[in-house]
Amino acid sequence: MLPQSQGVAAVLRDEPLIELASVGKDYTTEAVVVRALRHVDLTIQHGDFVAIVGQSGSGKSTLMNIVGCLDRPTRGTYRLDGLDVTRRSNDARAIVRNRLIGFVFQGFNLLPRTTALENVELPLVYRGVGVAERRRRALEALGAVGLADRLHHTPNQLSGGQQQRVAIARALVTSPPLLLADEPTGNLDTRTSYEVLGLLQRLNRGGITIILVTHEPDIAACASRVITMRDGEVRSDLRNERPVDAAVALAALPPSGAESDERAP
Amino acid sequence: MRGYLAAVRIALRAIVRSKLRAALTVLGILIGVAAVVIVVALGTGVRNRILGEISGLGASSIYIFPQSTQASGLRRRESVRMSEADGLAVLKESTSVAALSPFSSTSMQIVAGEANVATQVMGVTRSYLSILSYRVAKGDGWTEADEQLKAKVCVIGETVREDLFGSSEAVGQYIRIGKHPFRVIGVLEKKGQSPFGEDQDDRLLMPIGSFRSRVVPSAPGKVQMLVAAATSERTVDRAVEQIDRILRQRHEIAPDDEPDFVIRTQAEFRASQERILDTLTMLLSSIAAVSLLVGGIGVMNIMLVSVTERTREIGIRMAIGASEGDILVQFLVEAITLSLIGGVMGLGAGLVVIKVLAAALGWNMTLPVSAVVIAVGTSATIGIVFGFFPARRAAHQDPITALRHE
Repeated sequence: MLPQSQGVAAVLRDEPLIELASVGKDYTTEAVVVRALRHVDLTIQHGDFVAIVGQSGSGKSTLMNIVGCLDRPTRGTYRLDGLDVTRRSNDARAIVRNRLIGFVFQGFNLLPRTTALENVELPLVYRGVGVAERRRRALEALGAVGLADRLHHTPNQLSGGQQQRVAIARALVTSPPLLLADEPTGNLDTRTSYEVLGLLQRLNRGGITIILVTHEPDIAACASRVITMRDGEVRSDLRNERPVDAAVALAALPPSGAESDERAP
Repeated sequence: MRGYLAAVRIALRAIVRSKLRAALTVLGILIGVAAVVIVVALGTGVRNRILGEISGLGASSIYIFPQSTQASGLRRRESVRMSEADGLAVLKESTSVAALSPFSSTSMQIVAGEANVATQVMGVTRSYLSILSYRVAKGDGWTEADEQLKAKVCVIGETVREDLFGSSEAVGQYIRIGKHPFRVIGVLEKKGQSPFGEDQDDRLLMPIGSFRSRVVPSAPGKVQMLVAAATSERTVDRAVEQIDRILRQRHEIAPDDEPDFVIRTQAEFRASQERILDTLTMLLSSIAAVSLLVGGIGVMNIMLVSVTERTREIGIRMAIGASEGDILVQFLVEAITLSLIGGVMGLGAGLVVIKVLAAALGWNMTLPVSAVVIAVGTSATIGIVFGFFPARRAAHQDPITALRHE
């Protein structure tokens, strides 16, 4: 597998997907200014698989929130897919999130008491997609993450790995060019973590750009580019020419009944 | 805005999820709307009843009282003049007065056999019965000859008959009034209470001449009051003008001077009663509206709780592309749905109570369509007004903070 396999759309354009220029972020709390991000210049191309690692407090989550259009930088500019999203209105940013970004969180963040299918349909609801089309695309996305048989299960009837796969399906259903995963394996055991990673790698091979925040070196090793954050700055930015194939890693794990238990709690 | 239907579905689901809480909130609105509906219906019921009774008194009737005039703080006239001749003149000259009766009355003890009772003894002419729509149920009224001869005959109300004669026949019996025995020649049809709680059957009528000569000795032709009827309800105002002009002429009062009489009409009285009833209905409605307000505050309270509980959900929705407007609409629709459910149920409950009350009181209570529209409209408005603040709070959440919310 090539580390930088790119989708057709991405190949056709030459501009990068993400361009951060001199981005900084300050938080003011009780007259103390915390500089969460000092100065970040970062360019990410279409089709890349980037891991952002760093200690807690290194600014990686802040960076993630800015890239995900959930937060605005205090300084600098951020261009996403050629669009300056730094100073857009909240509603415009909501549309950007809906169209261009899929989110996967550590805590899964599925709507409780809502079926997998409905959770996956939700982004399409906000996009104004009709019922039939919504259903079709949600089924497709759930099929892609291997949950075609769990459509009407609610999150509390699903295991952690299954919930995270529903979350990934929800992120995919709008076919966004960018998928942001914030510690997606943080709440999962090793075996399930590799399963989820394998899924992400498979999606990346299909052309979607993935940015993954983690503090686990094993997980970061699966990415083709590893950015290390420290004290609100990028400390290192290394290309990993031989990323670990999660499917291979999973196969190499000793078979364990307890760890591989995918039944609902 | 995209997908109101989706917003309604989300709202209904959120409501179903917390059934008890939603039910209590709905109850608050229900009580408020029911209270308003019931008060409005009661108001119209009382109004119909009282105004109907006033009309029963003779919608076109006109009352002319003497009034002592003052000049420089001194009484100008020793005695007030109001005579049968005035009445006859009015009847003759006014084109809009259909009937007229002199009227004098006094409260007296009357006796029949062993029984005696205090009642209102009135001296009138036969026209009085038609002006105030009294009907003789048993026996007959008196004749013109009786009036001229000042005959000792009388017509009694149902209450007087009951008190004096009980179950035995009254017509043909004698009643002693003062020193004179009067023969009962008729009994009036029962009329019930007047709007002021006066028993309209507690009276005894006799010719005005008989009254003057045998009950309250007074100067010939002198009366306490004149009671007239206009030719129709529409001609009441014209009749009043004519009476005023005729009496001023007869009493030699210049058009700009204060007259020595007062003219009152049933229409005026009806208008003043309507004002009182309107005020009363308004007052009661505002009290009911307060309970609606309290219900609205309940909605706001529950919506605030709902928003806080679902902060994380709001964060998730925002992250996957819900705009502030989407979130605002979601919570607004939830509040409106709660309020509307309460409003419709309150309307239903109110209608049931009205039915029961109407049956129990025997009143004709109608709920105007406007009240239905207002009840439903008000509850929807409550949803919007009291739901807006919580919904705005939800919409203005910071997505990151909301996502981290436990």
